[in-house]
Amino acid sequence: MTVAGINTAEPVHKTKGPLRRALDRFFENRAARAGLIILVPVLIAVSTYHLWWPYGPNAIDLKAMNKGPSAAHWLGSDGVGRDVFARLMQGGRISMLVAVCSVAISTVIGFFVGAASSFGGRVVDATAMRFVDLAMTLPPVIFLLVLASIAGTGIAPTILVISLLSWPVLSRMIRARLMELRERDFVIAARGMGAGLPHLLFRHGLPNTIDILVVYATLQIANAILLEAGLSFLGLGIAPPEASWGNMLNLARSTVVLEQYPWQWMFPGAALVLTVLAINFVGDGFRDAFDPRSDLN
Amino acid sequence: MEAPFLSVRKLTKHYAPSAFSRGPVVKALQDVSFDIPRGQVVGLVGESGSGKTTIGRAVLRLIEPTSGEILFDGKDIVKLGAGDLRRQRRNMQYIFQDPFASLSPRMTIGQILTEGLDIQRIGTRAERRERARKALAAVELPADAFDRYAHEFSGGQRQRIGIARALTLEPQFIVADEPVSALDVSIQAQVINLLRDLQLRLGLTMLFISHDLAVVEYICDTVIVLYLGRIMEVAPSAELYARPQHPYTRALLSAIPSPDPSTRHERQILKGDIPSPANPPSGCVFRTRCPHAIEACANVVPELRETSGGHLKACIRDDIAA
Repeated sequence: MTVAGINTAEPVHKTKGPLRRALDRFFENRAARAGLIILVPVLIAVSTYHLWWPYGPNAIDLKAMNKGPSAAHWLGSDGVGRDVFARLMQGGRISMLVAVCSVAISTVIGFFVGAASSFGGRVVDATAMRFVDLAMTLPPVIFLLVLASIAGTGIAPTILVISLLSWPVLSRMIRARLMELRERDFVIAARGMGAGLPHLLFRHGLPNTIDILVVYATLQIANAILLEAGLSFLGLGIAPPEASWGNMLNLARSTVVLEQYPWQWMFPGAALVLTVLAINFVGDGFRDAFDPRSDLN
Repeated sequence: MEAPFLSVRKLTKHYAPSAFSRGPVVKALQDVSFDIPRGQVVGLVGESGSGKTTIGRAVLRLIEPTSGEILFDGKDIVKLGAGDLRRQRRNMQYIFQDPFASLSPRMTIGQILTEGLDIQRIGTRAERRERARKALAAVELPADAFDRYAHEFSGGQRQRIGIARALTLEPQFIVADEPVSALDVSIQAQVINLLRDLQLRLGLTMLFISHDLAVVEYICDTVIVLYLGRIMEVAPSAELYARPQHPYTRALLSAIPSPDPSTRHERQILKGDIPSPANPPSGCVFRTRCPHAIEACANVVPELRETSGGHLKACIRDDIAA
């Protein structure tokens, strides 16, 4: 038999995978690009400031207490003569560290809990999901405060508290996606070829939930930065003298500072708002880029 | 006579209602028994909801049967443990109905075709790629398809990729679940011919599921007619089309359109729909729609018995034979 229907001459220059096409769409998104334009310099500045900025975050300059922005201290100095710019950068570093670590942990937990309940059978599923229900019905603020008061202050406990709070929603989404995936023909085909759980999870599960994971992780990083700031503001997150955007705001809480030394709260506040906004833009960009319907146009 | 390659005995699949809801047990398959001799193609026909796909998947243990035996080359695969079953799987493969759902959108064709070899840990990386390329050539697709994604192919091409995937493991037995029903008629012939060629060339034993009686007549040696999870009639292909004995088979065959307008045959139109497998009729399940049903049909489940050489039917009425 001869086959005439094969068209090999189609103009396919470089075949792009679904991930590549999603990234292309991401870079076409104006808000996402704006987010990146803000975010990338912030990340670079925060991670390299110690190389080019003369002051350390805890170095005290006794001649410059509560001084406004100047050539020496670009963003002024605080009540004990510490440079606000250096603390802002250090605070950013801590905030990012806490956010990235806690999101990484909660993403891993969320993925595996979702995977366990979708592939583990009815009993495992019911048990895991009742736990998720429980975690989701607790009022987050109170849960956070209780956890934080048990775990204590510092970087590691803060990461722990934030990551424990944020996985349940993700595990729900992963579970739903994997349950649908489980019945898809190509997964059944893999089972028919003898695939075990690790193969199904990492060759099929992970690539087909990567969109959920990326979107969740980006948006959750913004959320984690806010949570960290909130906790530190309440004195439960990062404890002084270590800097964080939240505890910088906390230290600048008195009426005198608010009225007379606005640079002490304005800059950390602005950094917080801008960074979170930029990350949200990027996260929204990812979400739009991964939307299956956007493949249609 | 040689022992059959695949022998299914009293295969039954019941779906129990979920733990917190009270509902009837859905009897998807009830006491299905049939044999497939080595190298032959057995067709499975029946309308939607008759349990064709359930049989196809249960035979490969993609669905766990409730009871029954599936003897694969003399070995009961229902009793196999996880490790043995995994090794067994390289001998039996499945071809899916929907060419758009059966290929992962996130894998290249090369990855799809080497997946089975990866899972079964057969050969080195280079050998796997080589075997995948051979399979691609066997289904008459260009070699440059290897690094492309499934979405770049048409339905017929995708279906051939699905066939290639089933072939990479060099199985002895293939279940083809309506492999052409999602394709255009012009492409159907291509794919059917390809499947037929491969089956003959590789000596494959095949269970061919379809609701298209013309396709079944063309490719199958023996045909099984299924209704509501039970076998109604089994006969060699030519015999079934020439001398259908079961009223259900006759109704099905009378629905095939004839290309010759001068032969007017009587259409026998079945009334109503297939009953719910959750609440099947007593006795013969077909009696509610059977034009020849008598009172006795409600009382006994008709046994599948041989009426002539290789021709089996499950009907108590012998007097209606045409």
